[in-house]
Amino acid sequence: MQKIGVFVCWCGSNIAATVDVAEVVQAVKTQPGVAFATDYQYMCSEAGQSIIKNAIKEHDLTGIVVCSCSPRMHEATFRKTAQAAGLNPYMVEIANIREHCSWIHKDKNEATQKAIILANAAVAKVNLNAPLVQGESSVTKRALVIGGGIAGIQTALDIAEAGYEVDIVEKEPTIGGKMAQLDKTFPTLDCSACILTPKMVDVAANENITLYTYSEVEQVKGFVGNFSVTIKKKARYVKEDLCTGCGECMSKCPSKKGKDEFNCGLNNRTAINIPFAQAIPNVAYIDAEQCIKFKTGKCGLCEKTCSANAIDYNQKDEIIEREYGAIVMATGYEPIKLDKFDEYQYSKHPDVITSLELERIMNAAGPTGGTLLKMSDKEHPHSVTFIQCVGSRDISGRGKPYCSKICCMYTAKHAMLIRDKYPDVEVNVFYIDVRTPGKNFDEFYRRAVEEYGVNYIKGQVGKVYEKDGHLVVQAVDLIANKQLVLDTDMVVLATAIEPSKTARDLASMLTASIDTNDFITEAHPKLRPVESPTAGIFLSGVCQGPKDIPETVSQAGAAAAKVIGLLAKDKLLTNPCVAHSDELLCNGCSQCEKVCPYGAISYIDKEVNDHGVRETRRVAQVNEALCQGCGACTVTCPSGAMDLKGFTNRQIMAEVDAICK
Amino acid sequence: MQVNSEFKPKIVAFCCNWCSYAGADLAGSSRLSYPADVKIIKVPCSCRVNPLFVLRAFEKGADGVIICGCHPGDCHYSTGNYYARRRMTLLFSMLDYLGIEKGRTRVEWVSAAEGVKFSTVMNNFVSKIYQLGENVKLGDLRCRK
Repeated sequence: MQKIGVFVCWCGSNIAATVDVAEVVQAVKTQPGVAFATDYQYMCSEAGQSIIKNAIKEHDLTGIVVCSCSPRMHEATFRKTAQAAGLNPYMVEIANIREHCSWIHKDKNEATQKAIILANAAVAKVNLNAPLVQGESSVTKRALVIGGGIAGIQTALDIAEAGYEVDIVEKEPTIGGKMAQLDKTFPTLDCSACILTPKMVDVAANENITLYTYSEVEQVKGFVGNFSVTIKKKARYVKEDLCTGCGECMSKCPSKKGKDEFNCGLNNRTAINIPFAQAIPNVAYIDAEQCIKFKTGKCGLCEKTCSANAIDYNQKDEIIEREYGAIVMATGYEPIKLDKFDEYQYSKHPDVITSLELERIMNAAGPTGGTLLKMSDKEHPHSVTFIQCVGSRDISGRGKPYCSKICCMYTAKHAMLIRDKYPDVEVNVFYIDVRTPGKNFDEFYRRAVEEYGVNYIKGQVGKVYEKDGHLVVQAVDLIANKQLVLDTDMVVLATAIEPSKTARDLASMLTASIDTNDFITEAHPKLRPVESPTAGIFLSGVCQGPKDIPETVSQAGAAAAKVIGLLAKDKLLTNPCVAHSDELLCNGCSQCEKVCPYGAISYIDKEVNDHGVRETRRVAQVNEALCQGCGACTVTCPSGAMDLKGFTNRQIMAEVDAICK
Repeated sequence: MQVNSEFKPKIVAFCCNWCSYAGADLAGSSRLSYPADVKIIKVPCSCRVNPLFVLRAFEKGADGVIICGCHPGDCHYSTGNYYARRRMTLLFSMLDYLGIEKGRTRVEWVSAAEGVKFSTVMNNFVSKIYQLGENVKLGDLRCRK
């Protein structure tokens, strides 16, 4: 018979205000096996934990139940407490009477009765708990960073600096990501390339970093400390080790009609291309869909031009298998497609552009050489109108329900830069709210209004249309409470951002949780913001939620610190809640082997002693290092031989009984 | 339909550790209420829910059983929720045949980010159970008087 201690936490008033904790204590005392029960203001505090430790020693407790917050919050804490008092940490069960009870119910009696039932269920379960011992697994001392934007670059550099190997997988031909496309950065207005490209060079120069550009993650197997990843390195048709990045091939290439992705399609590029001058690696690639040689078999000019003999039309995709201890998601974002926002004429009029396109137009290396020009006639505009929240904070279903966070600031930046360089240009900004939380952010926005004379108009734009050769913006001014019809030369849409399209597939591969907007879910929104709930998977940058550059860089560093903490360990403790087969019940049918997603079950011929009868039988055997403890096999097993430690059939049934009593 | 005001249903919710249990936690921390009749049992994955657990609940007097897991494709263990979906589809048809109406059983996908959905699902499910009224205990009818 177990001797169980029950500890009911008040959580200050979080629990005690809605649940009569004293009544819970009295009620659980009548439960079978309960030898001790008490309550305390904060069980997780030092003093609360001492109460638990003392009670374990004093009453010789064999198991404990803590009625408190979610086990996701403090199960680990109380397991350590039990262990410190000499109790097996898996003899601890948590009754979640905060998130699942006191916080969602108002009626005190109702909440108290529910808390008692939840406590009873936990007591019923712990009565059947058995001590479990954690196994050990090794750690591959190498990390994988998926995505080579500023988030991935910073994470990789920080991990490499600590002395560990890091691989970066980037789907584009160069690292740099969105930050490489930006012109200036708020609130300091320093040039984006000037602060990013030195970091890119550091990545290339760092001996601990291996770069896989133009590559994609194909498959991920394994678990924390022991991931096995298949990377597909797409054929560039240019030998990376030979190409010097001189660009001679680009000047000779006759196929010049490709959309230049780096310049948001505002101009054309050649079929053989280096995305931008500071690309890392500074190596060309051939767009096979556009290349005349690939389409017709004729041409081959680049091969003739290349003095380094780097062109290889027969190059094949390469499959690379690598082992990693930790994986960081840094997949970033894309601006949303604007096909549902026809009222702004984006797809119809070349002078209606997105903010990212404006970045390229304002950039000295961009399609206009940094001169603000209308894309329709390459003339100087006299008036530019910005529309904020295009697809952000949109609950109609056309856009995204969240705030994209960066648009208020970059629009202020764009407005300021235009007014600074071209004082003759009138700049109007239509906004719902201006959101500027951040160091020196509001000061920056105020400068745009006060010093640079940008007109901020609170109100939404109903439509944009063309009239007599120029654009007309029809809007409402909410403060003046009147309709506005403005003539303008250019319209810039502050387009909402969404996670990269690759995020969802990758999350499935990594079994990382993802939310309805395709942002990767963090293990805890406040306390574990850079970890995924899946052990060994970390989050960096916008893949977790909209962020500006300073926030991305700090999160990238935090993710690196977590990775370093993991890689610094020689052994990891494994989850002991794994499947276990009773060889006397097993009939060797192989059903469990078929449903196991980890290949953790195999069959062996084993001599068993079945109540005095010795015979050799074919029985299932679980590899505890591979088993992740999902329990699929336990339900599939027709003979009831398979059970899951920590969640046994009897334990769950006991909980069911306690709840339905 | 007449609703018995004395009737307090017993509802068991099996929630997977990775998505739905976390979704329920989020509903809690967002203070999104749902009736106290729902009691949650944590399982590692929806595929850990043995049909026997559901039968046991109805045998012991549960009025409704709901199983919540990760969205299809998002299972922490890749495929667990698919097994759960198939098993429960079969089980629920059989239970319906035995007299436990389909409204008393449900499988729902709730992610860790869907606190609102968790609360909505529970409110809907509980109001359905109130409509259906008290359940007849699953047992051998021949043993009844």
